[in-house]
Amino acid sequence: MAENQQKLVHTFGALAELGNEVSQKNNFQEMIRTSLHLLLGSLGIMRGGVARYSRFGHELNLLALRGLGEEFPLSLSLCYEDERQFLINGTVPIEVSQAKVLPFFQNYDHSLTAKKVELLVPLVIRDELVGVVLLGEKANGESYSSYDKDIISAMTRHVGVGIAQRNLMAELERRAEENRRLYDDLRMTYKDTVKAFARAIDCKDKYTEGHSVRVGKYSEIIAAELGYDENQMEGVAVAGYLHDVGKLTVERNIINSPVRINAKESAELNKHPAIGYEILLPINHPYTDVPLAAKYHHERLDGRGYPDELYDRDIPYIAKIVCLADSFDAMTTDRPYKRRRPAHEVIEDLQYNAGKQFAPELVTAFCGAMLKEITLETKQKRFRRLLGREYLEAEGIAPLLKNALNDMNGTSSLTLVNFD
Amino acid sequence: MQNYEKDVSVQTEGEKSVVYATDYLNKLTGEKIERACKRQLDAGCKTLVVNFAETEIVNSIGISILLGVIDAASDKGAAVVFSDVNEDTIQLFEMLGLTNHVTVN
Repeated sequence: MAENQQKLVHTFGALAELGNEVSQKNNFQEMIRTSLHLLLGSLGIMRGGVARYSRFGHELNLLALRGLGEEFPLSLSLCYEDERQFLINGTVPIEVSQAKVLPFFQNYDHSLTAKKVELLVPLVIRDELVGVVLLGEKANGESYSSYDKDIISAMTRHVGVGIAQRNLMAELERRAEENRRLYDDLRMTYKDTVKAFARAIDCKDKYTEGHSVRVGKYSEIIAAELGYDENQMEGVAVAGYLHDVGKLTVERNIINSPVRINAKESAELNKHPAIGYEILLPINHPYTDVPLAAKYHHERLDGRGYPDELYDRDIPYIAKIVCLADSFDAMTTDRPYKRRRPAHEVIEDLQYNAGKQFAPELVTAFCGAMLKEITLETKQKRFRRLLGREYLEAEGIAPLLKNALNDMNGTSSLTLVNFD
Repeated sequence: MQNYEKDVSVQTEGEKSVVYATDYLNKLTGEKIERACKRQLDAGCKTLVVNFAETEIVNSIGISILLGVIDAASDKGAAVVFSDVNEDTIQLFEMLGLTNHVTVN
């Protein structure tokens, strides 16, 4: 009676520990190793192993083994009949000596007999074979009782759950990875589409070829300088690429007019931000505020912009970035009615309009990025590629930028920096 | 000669080694003892004594580890002796059949 009580305490202690081990998010291999220890130790079993079943390879791969020796095969093949029988059997231990009719036991008879493997317990979870447990002889030399088999069934079910959980996690990870790849593909497609749109917009205006692409790149430079993360930088670049999408609906002769356009034509042209917003709004962009950048990139901090004459705080931050990039490109490229302005003039213009047209901290960021490139503080050649080396490195530009940065230091508009 | 191999005290005298188990034989301490025992067996030990004087509790993992030690000793043709085992642990060893393979002092 006392021995039975001690046996109960010992085995239930092992069962509790096993449940705890499986439910904890420990290392999977360690969990299996510990589970095998607990199984063997609960009933005093000399040797054993835990194998995981691979449905694709139709094989059992040993994850942990004790006392089975180096010659025991680490991978055991199963045929359909074996799998079917194991599934029918469920988690009830199979006596190896009684099951030699199955191909599995015939194929591995030598190894199983040599290591005195007496029981094989299929690990069946939700009608799926996830593995098996192999158990050798008991240390007391007795054969397994029905009580022992009940304990083994209960314990191996925990091990099966542990393996099934791991399989599920692996499947989830695989699907998450697949989703991530699909998302990357979609994102790439989106970016390619955006660039194609930008080229289409630029094709309409023969004098400003490449404008949208450049505005996208300048916007990205500003975002990088502001310390935005990769995703935010991409969003700002896309906003730059698409800021003029509304121009697709404007008459080509207005856009390409070699002379200054009249008031009526100007009114027509000035509709492009609102139209761009209408075009972009229904699209499910992966980034926020892309349509707002199109709508408000001609607004000014002093309220003298269009279409809504918004003041500083009411202008979305992304639109302020695109506004600066757009204006800078307009000043630094040839237009039908005027040549591009020299670099020193452009910098003076940016400085003069900081706080009026442009957010001062954005001008600071932009000039800072340019200076870093001129002084070779950075190896990047973003401005050089967009403006040409001679233009960027014209005499006196670096000191001018330094002065501008010094002068603007401490200047700030009322803008709240909040990208989202 | 007495040495301490990673927290496990081992005493060797010719072909006899004494490995001292700790107060609670669980996975962490048990595996250290198993490694120490196997090192002694690999070194040619023919009588391996596991001293349980300090051991109060042996759990299932401890039993599995001791079975591993017994198996390894059997492969090397060495005898295993469990010494200074408390009464509860002796009953546990008897119940699970470990005493069929070792001498208990």
